[in-house]
Amino acid sequence: MPIYRSHVLICGGTGCVSSGSNEVMEAFKKELSEKGLDKEILVVPTGCHGMCEMGPIVVIYPEGTFYCRVKAEDVKEIAEEHLYKGRIVERLLYKGDEVPHIPNYKEIPFYGKQERVALSNCGYINPDNIEEYIARDGYAGLAKALTELKPEDVVEEMKTSGLRGRGGGGFPTGLKWSFCARSKGDHKYIICNADEGDPGAFMDRSILEGDPHTVLEGMAIGAYAMGACEGYIYCRAEYPLAIKRLKNAIKQAEEYGLLGENIMGTDFSLTLHVKEGAGAFVCGEETALMASIEGHRGMPRPRPPFPANKGLWGKPTNINNVETWANVPHIMRRGGSWFASMGTEKSKGTKVFALTGKVNHTGLVEVPMGITLREIVYDIGGGILGGKKFKAVQIGGPSGGCLTEEHLDIPVSYESLAAVGAIMGSGGLVVMDEDNCMVDVAKFFLEFTQRESCGKCTPCREGTKKMLDLLTKMTEGKAEEGDIDKLEYLAKMVQETSLCGLGQTAPNPVLTTIRYCRDEYEAHVRDKRCPAGACAALVKYTIDPEKCIGCTKCARVCPVGAISGEVKKPHVIDQKVCIKCGNCEETCPVQAISHS
Amino acid sequence: MVNKIKNLEDLRKIKDSCGDLTSTRSATEKTIVVGMGTCGIAAGAREIMNEIMKELQKRGIKDVSVQTTGCIGMCQKEPLVDVIISGKERITYGNVSREDVQRIIAEHVVNGRIVEDLAVGRAD
Repeated sequence: MPIYRSHVLICGGTGCVSSGSNEVMEAFKKELSEKGLDKEILVVPTGCHGMCEMGPIVVIYPEGTFYCRVKAEDVKEIAEEHLYKGRIVERLLYKGDEVPHIPNYKEIPFYGKQERVALSNCGYINPDNIEEYIARDGYAGLAKALTELKPEDVVEEMKTSGLRGRGGGGFPTGLKWSFCARSKGDHKYIICNADEGDPGAFMDRSILEGDPHTVLEGMAIGAYAMGACEGYIYCRAEYPLAIKRLKNAIKQAEEYGLLGENIMGTDFSLTLHVKEGAGAFVCGEETALMASIEGHRGMPRPRPPFPANKGLWGKPTNINNVETWANVPHIMRRGGSWFASMGTEKSKGTKVFALTGKVNHTGLVEVPMGITLREIVYDIGGGILGGKKFKAVQIGGPSGGCLTEEHLDIPVSYESLAAVGAIMGSGGLVVMDEDNCMVDVAKFFLEFTQRESCGKCTPCREGTKKMLDLLTKMTEGKAEEGDIDKLEYLAKMVQETSLCGLGQTAPNPVLTTIRYCRDEYEAHVRDKRCPAGACAALVKYTIDPEKCIGCTKCARVCPVGAISGEVKKPHVIDQKVCIKCGNCEETCPVQAISHS
Repeated sequence: MVNKIKNLEDLRKIKDSCGDLTSTRSATEKTIVVGMGTCGIAAGAREIMNEIMKELQKRGIKDVSVQTTGCIGMCQKEPLVDVIISGKERITYGNVSREDVQRIIAEHVVNGRIVEDLAVGRAD
């Protein structure tokens, strides 16, 4: 095997691919072969580095130099300066707040407080090469389980680790495995839930794209522990890259005898399939997911019977989320107590979050449990965009809750988040600033869950519709006194009486925003006013006649001709015609126009 | 077609043979730095680099990181090659020829003995 003095790692995650990393990769290959450097420098496509806004990302080893927003045109300079002459191309380095240029990956504050377990190989290895995974101790966890441990020992190790379901439920994984392991059946199934559907969340996709083998290895360990011989990865079809890499990984693992018949020369056999889902949010619910695999319409059914007893095609089945499976090989290799040494008393290990919204650094982060929201938002996320004021963070996506300033110092754990009405969820974290209206935010998430409701049970189908009607009335200034109480009453009813997790959690964003930002709701209902200025119907643009110099600029940019006035005399806005686009306010040279 | 992994030993063998796939990406104890400024290139630093890679390949040495650097000011002594072994002083070799590369790698990089007659500088 040839030795390369330098490796050029190019991010091939969906984020970087869409900002042009494939072109960068081609440019590197061409440039290196033209310079005769292709025998000593290796170009490696990798998974997501997490800092998607800075993409395409290129990391050069052995130095560990981290280049951001690299374009194909920059490649010639990197090849000539860095790879040939050893001079770092400063203009492409990450620019920190205090330090002008940070050359090394590990010194960037975004990575400082992170602890990477599930993501440890993401952005470090070529996901399409099983040998790179093996070089990083891949499949050693499976080997240990198969050669040294009995199935029940594996379940015990999982219990020791304290790992809990990362899809949002937080059910202890070891306990769940023990149910399925005890269940009698000649044919058992394991399923990987990769139906990630929260708006703005991409944790599972990144793991599947960046390190598919870790999920396969985790599933193989689970199948051995529970006595399963067949498994499915249920992944939404809108993740084409993840599906492609998964299928390639399964093929490679089968060739190496790490999946299929008689794995590693033992009696244990496992066949894995990839099932592409159509992308319905409700199919993330385990019973709906199984119905979908069986070829039925994706709808949940009441439990019990639980999947551990009667799951896929009526056989004992165990379902875990992508991130949960991805943690399993690490636990097998390094031991349950190692995993349990991270995190809080009841929430062990790490959690991956997709950090989005009004923060300076968005992206994928993996942090130890127990870290505070403040550390995530300010230390990792770099604070609020444009120096604005923090208002709230929506944790757990459409099933989660909105938390405000007063909650910034609570530690991130299943219990502490549930205590304030939010949930850990699968890992969506949307940060909002003073310009976000909480009523509008609640409406946004409810619109999503309402649309995704499968319609099987009445509370979810009708209740979320009525809740959305009330919220729409509020944002349009048509709400009546008592509507907030009505909304709260309805929300609690939907929460308590819905059939599955979708309906039971859909009211969370509404309930938490009412609980923590009731004054904003009251302003919408009583004063027909949106304090954040986000609800278009409630915004009113006015021109201050004292300040207006009659330059006519505003009248010229108004797309609907709502502004009139003579030159050099104060102008006025016709409120009936105004569509609240805000063009006039932006254009006014003397700040005479404001909105409320 | 690859051979199927039948036991722990097979997996370990693959891991060992693949080790250098990712070893370039992790920190190493030993580093060789070749001066690649215009002066270095003019004095033949590329050939020296090729020779270093060839020698490492021949000996199957995987725990050494090879880097390049710009001009450090001793242009008359190019090609310059630095050997850095963590915890020891950094040695700069000057006017390095292709034959010297073999000696530097055999004596200094592998056995830790500085090649005194070629050394032109030391630093902590």
